[in-house]
Amino acid sequence: MAEALGSSSAEMDLDRPNLEEYLPTDSIQDSPKNLHLRDLLDISPTLTEAAGAIVDDSFTRCFKSNPPEPWNWNIYLFPLWCLGVVVRYGILFPLRVAVLAIGWIVFFSAFFPVHFLLKGYPKWRRKLERKLVEMMCSVFVASWTGVVKYHGPRPSTRPHQVFVANHTSMIDFIILEQMTAFAVIMQKHPGWVGFIQKTILESVGCIWFNRTESKDRGVVGRKLREHVQGVDNNPLLIFPEGTCVNNHYTVMFKKGAFELGCAVCPIAIKYNKIFVDAFWNSKKQSFTMHLVRLMTSWAVVCDVWYLEPQYLRPGETPIEFAERVRDMISARAGLKKVPWDGYLKYFRPSPKHTERKQQIFAESILRRLERK
Amino acid sequence: MGNASSTLTQYDIEEVQEHCNYLFSQQEIVALYERFCQLDRNAKGFISADEFLSIPEFSLNPLSQRLLKMVDGLNFKDFVAFLSAFSAKASLQHKIELIFKVYDIDGKGQVTFKDLLEVLRDLTGSFMSEEQREHVLVWVLEEAGYTRNSSILLDDFVKVLSSPGLKMEVEVPVD
Repeated sequence: MAEALGSSSAEMDLDRPNLEEYLPTDSIQDSPKNLHLRDLLDISPTLTEAAGAIVDDSFTRCFKSNPPEPWNWNIYLFPLWCLGVVVRYGILFPLRVAVLAIGWIVFFSAFFPVHFLLKGYPKWRRKLERKLVEMMCSVFVASWTGVVKYHGPRPSTRPHQVFVANHTSMIDFIILEQMTAFAVIMQKHPGWVGFIQKTILESVGCIWFNRTESKDRGVVGRKLREHVQGVDNNPLLIFPEGTCVNNHYTVMFKKGAFELGCAVCPIAIKYNKIFVDAFWNSKKQSFTMHLVRLMTSWAVVCDVWYLEPQYLRPGETPIEFAERVRDMISARAGLKKVPWDGYLKYFRPSPKHTERKQQIFAESILRRLERK
Repeated sequence: MGNASSTLTQYDIEEVQEHCNYLFSQQEIVALYERFCQLDRNAKGFISADEFLSIPEFSLNPLSQRLLKMVDGLNFKDFVAFLSAFSAKASLQHKIELIFKVYDIDGKGQVTFKDLLEVLRDLTGSFMSEEQREHVLVWVLEEAGYTRNSSILLDDFVKVLSSPGLKMEVEVPVD
């Protein structure tokens, strides 16, 4: 009797592998254990994830301003540093403020007449305004002694192209603008920056958006497309990260710039922190304070690389295209990539992610319940 | 050491270390302090719920709301004490105590069916109905010798979770 059972169970064993081929793989991976109280009480994996995020997370790291190492800590270097402070704050700073003030005066006294008197000659007006803006940006760069090294072919003014760059501070725009008059897409700012946005930048072509308005995105997309088609428009400069990052990492690029059906020319910017950290931590200081900090340091040193124009490859989605360009820029500027959306600085993550985790857990419980 | 100043003295470090029963090394406490100051944006001396939620990985954790009740408003010393349960040197008992506290969020000293249901609800969301959750809980409770009306104490948690033990560790990145 036992032998008969033995042989029949052997036959059953042969059957089992076939049965598994017909079962969906998910339930095979789940070990067929019954559900116990322990499984529901043990929340340690979830707690570990939460504690891990509290201790360190890859998103906050992107916005950490790393303070420079103090080098003035001994009796020989300290007086040198003191002398440096005196020179920087007492001599350089007033000089730079003076240069900036003179620059503004010259700019405004040329800009407004050109703007109003040449209304009838739009081509000339545009040309002159562009040159004036370029000049003003050079003055700005001089006011914080910007030492900028440009690599690669200079951007040319022709339609059907956009430029994308990684974003560290609003001075990125100034550094690039002094070479070529770009049109820009910017977040609406308050205060004197907003004033400049409304008056001067209008002349080079500007598109506004408001992060807090969700309907804005559709409108902005349309404006981008219109701009790119226009022959006389300045080439458009876009910062696809959508926010300032600390120049050690890049956050995910928004796909808006990559679905316009035109060439995307990547620009990589890397600041050398040797004299100053150019990261504008907008949560910690206003733009004015940021500029003052730049103007009281010795210099702002950076490298700008104009990279080869890229096109959407057949079969590539805009998001894949954006990631590919982000790879290029991160590799060139030596930045680490992080899989987060920059807007998480301002908004909470979508509940979709939490729901996914809940779904996985709920399904595993229900599966094991069915086994009974 | 009430206010979060930007420098931590050796005395402060030792005080914090003692408070967390030496579960973190001095280097780890310095690293945690940097992190604390980074999260506490306006140097209030504690991290507010909003600031915790600005960490995307924390915000999308299913138990974030429950944990917030435990960590909201903690000063640095208590922040380190909370995290010490996740140190590799922490005892199994210590870890189980933390899990118990997460369930018994209002500190009654016992975990009721309602508490178990709340945590299960956080973990499963809309992917299980309330009846399914109650059914599952009653089933596993009865299998372990409890009823729906039992009050579960810390010792019960220890009994259930002790074998085969827990893995609940977080590494503090030290430069």
